[in-house]
Amino acid sequence: MTKAGLLRASPALALPLLGLPVVAGLAGTIFPAFHIGSTGPDLQAFTSLAAWPGLTRASLLSLGTGLASTAVAVLLTLLIVAALHDRPAFGWVRRSLAPFLAIPHAAAALGLAFLIAPSGWIARALSPWATGWLQPPDLLILNDPWGLTLTFGLIAKELPFLLIMALAALPQTLPDHSITSQRLRLAQTMGYGRIAGFALTTWPTLYPSLRLPVLAVLTYAMTTIDMALILGPSRPPSLAVQITLWMTDASLTHTEMAAAAALLQTGLTLLALALWRAAEATTARLGHAIALRGLRCQTLDRATPAIAAMAALMALTLTLAIAALALWSFAGPWVFPDIVPLTLTLTAWTHAAPALTATAATTLAVAAMATAAALTLTLTWLQAEALFHLTPVPPLLIYLPLIVPQVCFVPGLLSLSLHIGATGGLASVTAAHLIFVLPYTYLTLAGPFRAWDARLATTGATLGASPARIFWRLRLPMLLAPVLTAAAVGAAVSVALYLPTLLIGGGRVTTLTTEAVALASGGNRRLTSAYALLQTLLPMLGFALAAGLPGSLRARRFATGAP
Amino acid sequence: MNRREFGRLAASGAVLSLSGHRAFAADWAAVVDAARGQTVYFHAWGGDPKINDFIVWVGAQARQHFGITLTQVKLAATADAVARVQAEQAAGTTTGGAVDLVWINGENFAAMKAKGLLFGPFADTLPNFALIDTMANPATVTDFTLPTEGYESPWAMARLVFEYDTARLTTPPLSIGAMLNWARANPGRFTYPQPPDYLGLTFLKQALYALLPDPTVLQNPLADAAALAPLWTYLDALHPHLWRKAAAFPANEPAMGQLLSDAEIDISLSFNPGRASAEILAGNLADTVRTFVPMGGSIGNASFLAIPFNASQPAAAQVMADLFLSPHVQSRAQDPAILGFQTVLAIDRLTAQDSQTFADLNLGPATLSPADLGPALLEPHATWMTQISAEWAKRYGLT
Repeated sequence: MTKAGLLRASPALALPLLGLPVVAGLAGTIFPAFHIGSTGPDLQAFTSLAAWPGLTRASLLSLGTGLASTAVAVLLTLLIVAALHDRPAFGWVRRSLAPFLAIPHAAAALGLAFLIAPSGWIARALSPWATGWLQPPDLLILNDPWGLTLTFGLIAKELPFLLIMALAALPQTLPDHSITSQRLRLAQTMGYGRIAGFALTTWPTLYPSLRLPVLAVLTYAMTTIDMALILGPSRPPSLAVQITLWMTDASLTHTEMAAAAALLQTGLTLLALALWRAAEATTARLGHAIALRGLRCQTLDRATPAIAAMAALMALTLTLAIAALALWSFAGPWVFPDIVPLTLTLTAWTHAAPALTATAATTLAVAAMATAAALTLTLTWLQAEALFHLTPVPPLLIYLPLIVPQVCFVPGLLSLSLHIGATGGLASVTAAHLIFVLPYTYLTLAGPFRAWDARLATTGATLGASPARIFWRLRLPMLLAPVLTAAAVGAAVSVALYLPTLLIGGGRVTTLTTEAVALASGGNRRLTSAYALLQTLLPMLGFALAAGLPGSLRARRFATGAP
Repeated sequence: MNRREFGRLAASGAVLSLSGHRAFAADWAAVVDAARGQTVYFHAWGGDPKINDFIVWVGAQARQHFGITLTQVKLAATADAVARVQAEQAAGTTTGGAVDLVWINGENFAAMKAKGLLFGPFADTLPNFALIDTMANPATVTDFTLPTEGYESPWAMARLVFEYDTARLTTPPLSIGAMLNWARANPGRFTYPQPPDYLGLTFLKQALYALLPDPTVLQNPLADAAALAPLWTYLDALHPHLWRKAAAFPANEPAMGQLLSDAEIDISLSFNPGRASAEILAGNLADTVRTFVPMGGSIGNASFLAIPFNASQPAAAQVMADLFLSPHVQSRAQDPAILGFQTVLAIDRLTAQDSQTFADLNLGPATLSPADLGPALLEPHATWMTQISAEWAKRYGLT
């Protein structure tokens, strides 16, 4: 087959490659849920699930916290980008994102929990001089039954992700002389407020690049376990947490019910995605209505300081959460209401330091291989799709590994790997990681890739450039920012994977996360903090590179005069 | 103890325990031979750095004396190892499995045994098993009232103890009844992990021992759920006075221990009588923390090691299980500066030198002496726990 033929066939070739594990994971959920292959098929698991009195509440919790946190995070993204995109503060936002993106969800939740708990850092800072508290008050802040703390935690963690996605897509949407930026300037000259002008003219062209990341955020928020375990309610917990509790139940008698609940959870997530798409349409109509009435909404701009303050508050919250972890990792005795530890010690770090060598190398190797493979596949498909006007790879196939709860999906994947004789080791783990990394690289990159102005390719072609040359010399360099962001996101996802690493690797592959999660189950705050910071370090380098590299490369190209 | 002494002891253990069963001793020598040069993947909860370090030390012993490489696969939950073995069974992997040795207890053991996922019986053929007095300490051969039948080998004794900080609480309530009055007087300062967490359920079983007119019925299967009525009456009275008014519960033992060190509560629970001492010595807990048990004793059980049916190295895994039972390893585990785990061995079956080693161990700042610890109450029949767990979820598991 020729190169072009191979490229053209790549999406079709990839289907079974990708489809098989997804089908296996799904079968591993569906079969036990319906007792297929044992006593069934029957609906017993669903009957027992329906009889669980917490079902309605747990389902509503998943839907409510998922939709609310995503909506607020998207709104904040819009407001921050609209209010600050041409302000000096924006550069500051851009530069400060890397550590927030890199910190694992569980670590962010732990830090946040220590910050806001009644015995937490804020309470310690104010006690006893302002509050009079000599011991922590009996206040229900964490694990509140409505999931408000969980929602707040999700917003704080997802906002940086959406912001960096918006930043990666913005140069495509708003290059200096494009139609969009002319529109934006026109809106401003016509007296529209800065925020309203951006929301009405630029956001509609920016959002399509953001849609897939937003849907991923919604999916994550609906299915999160680690954040919900730490911050969310427990009577009952959200559905995703309850599924994990059933799956890990020592008596092994709840696995079928967990599988049934996993299918329900999958349905709920699809419902939430459908609701979101419906809300998108409604919002678009609302925007049209506002535009048609000619409302200038200048008063919105008065909120700019408030929006900046909100962004600062979110940044401050996450910064303090990370700082709290850092301090705990060095803490000797640290009791309420002391604002800092009595003494500092290196005990936790001397414990964690050995992990820096072999374990960090394994973590990095798996992340690098899985991310490289995911990026190659993603770029190949997108290029084939653009070049040959193919229909896109079915998104649901790619996203299923994100939507079906991991704790039910992974056993099916494990069965497949055992049946094909992959009994563990680095290669099997990397392949398993690829399945979870690919959705993120694809959804990070698809929007900006498709938003690239194809007229540039036409111009290149009329000048005699081959499609390959156009891809390597024009499209890829211009998309460097989103490509690097996708790589960083992919690496961060890989670094954070626990269950696939442990189960598929059969315990032969030790990563920072398998160590960290095992240690976190023991509740040693000092050591958990040290590991969380180590876990943050690797992806942070990636994000810092992704943020810094395109600029410095551009600078070099100008300096050397290279095309 | 030097290397030669250790080897001699291991060998003499075989002869001592099984004199008259010379064939067994020869078999054991064959097992030890087969084990040499093998790697054992030991799947064990990895949440406690002290335990992880201890396993590294045991690994060094294993390499030195038996040429075995011990690798701990650190788990967040034993269920993850069970899931792996289950998937291997389903896929027809009858040899070369990923798990060689697993730290296991109670329900996980019952489930694995019932599904034919375990290798054995092997425990009673281990030379050092003879150092256990299974008559005096029946918890070493019964796991949640289920006879182990040699499918798992004990390695540590666990007991329910209450931890409190003397800096905040001088006279702790020494019975389940007194605890209710204390909670009334000190609202918001006590809680327990949310069932089905095992420590939370253990607290409820401990309460049952005090609340039932005749606690001996706990050893029989639960005949009538109405027998649990005194427990619900007690909890209905207790809950309004708990931490967060029982609107939230800590998830597990570590989370509850954290609440104690954050001063959010004044009394905590642990299933290791030596945990407080070891944590104080590790610098994680205030040195004013002490432990107590309710009058009449507290629930006790053993931690076990099991070998999956398809383990890659069953011989080396058995040698490891035996090594975990050696007086040398057991006394190190009991050292409060190391783990503070109580030994499963009968001191009167040890050599004079070994029993002296145990006698020389100090208790640590917060550990009760065996006399103060009182008698170990047996785990109730598993049906009680299942029923308590289900009923608790219905009564208190929903807002």
